[in-house]
Amino acid sequence: MQSLGGRPNIFPYLLLVPALLITLLIVAWPLTQTFWLSFTDSSLKPVTNFVGLDNYEKIFAKKFPEVVARTFYWMTLSVVFKMVVGIAGAMLLNSAVAGRGFFRLLVMPPWIVPIAIGVFMWRWMYNGQFGMISGVAQNLGILSGPFEFLATRDSAFYSTIVTDVWVGTPMVTIYLLAAMQSISTDLHEAAWVDGASRWYRFRRITLPLIMPAVATMGLLSAIWTFNSFDIIWILTEGGPRDATTTMIIDTYKTAISRFKYGEGSARAVMIVIFLSSFAGFYFYMISRFAKRSLGK
Amino acid sequence: MINKYKWWEKVGIYAGIAVFLSFTLAPFFEAFLVSLRPLNKINSVPYKIITENMSFDAYFTMWKSVPKLHVYILNSFFIATAVTVIALIAVIPAAWAFARFQFRGRDALLGTFLAINMVGGAVLIIPLFKLMSAFGWLNTYWAMIVPGAAFLIPTGIWLLRSYLMKIPRELEEAAWVDGASRLYILRRVIIPIAMPGIVVVAIATFIGAYAQQFLFALTFNSSTDLHPLPVGIYQFFGRQTVLWNELMAASLVGILPVLIIYIFLQRYIIAGLTAGAVKE
Repeated sequence: MQSLGGRPNIFPYLLLVPALLITLLIVAWPLTQTFWLSFTDSSLKPVTNFVGLDNYEKIFAKKFPEVVARTFYWMTLSVVFKMVVGIAGAMLLNSAVAGRGFFRLLVMPPWIVPIAIGVFMWRWMYNGQFGMISGVAQNLGILSGPFEFLATRDSAFYSTIVTDVWVGTPMVTIYLLAAMQSISTDLHEAAWVDGASRWYRFRRITLPLIMPAVATMGLLSAIWTFNSFDIIWILTEGGPRDATTTMIIDTYKTAISRFKYGEGSARAVMIVIFLSSFAGFYFYMISRFAKRSLGK
Repeated sequence: MINKYKWWEKVGIYAGIAVFLSFTLAPFFEAFLVSLRPLNKINSVPYKIITENMSFDAYFTMWKSVPKLHVYILNSFFIATAVTVIALIAVIPAAWAFARFQFRGRDALLGTFLAINMVGGAVLIIPLFKLMSAFGWLNTYWAMIVPGAAFLIPTGIWLLRSYLMKIPRELEEAAWVDGASRLYILRRVIIPIAMPGIVVVAIATFIGAYAQQFLFALTFNSSTDLHPLPVGIYQFFGRQTVLWNELMAASLVGILPVLIIYIFLQRYIIAGLTAGAVKE
């Protein structure tokens, strides 16, 4: 008699049909369409012509390298902050103090509420005249007058990062906290008996053992951050004067706000290429790193 | 004992937690204060945390300023629920296939599903827009539900697959030997035993769908009757003066349902979110 999970069998493929149908329709087909459209001058005009590499030449003639550099700078800063704040938060919430269950409960709200609504709140906080940050800073004498955080290029750039860190940190914190909690207490106790200090135990036990989780979360977080749209769009729509225009915002503006589907698709293709090479490079580094530390 | 802290360590930990939590909670705190202020006090300079005449008026007047507010909140709920149902219909059988069956191309397919996670909706927005318009789905719920589900399916498969792999095979095999059909096994054996895992996936999907309903609604829908809350709330901006107090009140009322779900089901939510962090 044939076994339940054995082959040959078309049954498992049937089980995959609903999932495949939706993802092929919504992700795979549009992806191939994006590649195709990037070689055309598709727009609102009824006729679409094949234009070869024109769109790619066009985007590189414009300020595209600047947008790419800005995107990576934005992403790197945001991810580094998320990881640092996340590790610190996870450590604090992992310490055996009274009330930690309650504190853990209070970490997640930024992640679970609709992103757009959280960002509306931030938009108010950044308001120079009436917002909390400018107001409190003035009361404390840090600022001498109202400061519009979203109105100057530099402050808008860093403000969008702060909000992005706010949205992303809870997930990093809870994930790393789970990793820390899975470390056997025997290790810590053995080191403690040998007289190891708290800091030494953190460096030599906790940190190495949560490293795989940090690496996984780092990659996931980088991908989410790269794809971040709502936060920048609601805060600044990419402004002022393009200071917060990342590749995603740039693509959306070109395609949806200016109806240049062809050129927008070329920009989208660049995103896919950058994201996959980034992920590839990341996996390569991780596997090399893993081999080296195992070889020791 | 190992976990005994000196007094200054304790102070340091609580201070650190206080700083950390004020970062995560400050916007909610500020939103609540703004929602209590009358409009003329919101724009008062210099900034004061407590102003005179604070009241809950905005929570009553907001329903008049944006008459469809309750519709937006219901829409948000409806869309997130529909996304969850569709995603589960796709995820449960697929996760079972990946967890238990041997078939050609299994690992490649699983890898492809995970790679899909990398591409965000904003990247595919142009062809998606054309696709939605070809289906006649623009300005319908479908354009917000189906794309929403597609981007949440891969994570769901991954989560449920690891859950199913931890369940012993014996029950399924016993039912199979007794002559049950595979579909019967799925319905009567797998789904009941995997229920805790399915609940985790359902909640994670619901929260994800509730949190991310901005881009597709903004781009594919211009019918005000169908807007979910994050887009509908934009209407507080479309006036001569932005009714910030009502906007904040509406935001807080809009997030209340997910916060309540979170408080009651936080165990499951955290289990779903952290499933990959712990090596099995």
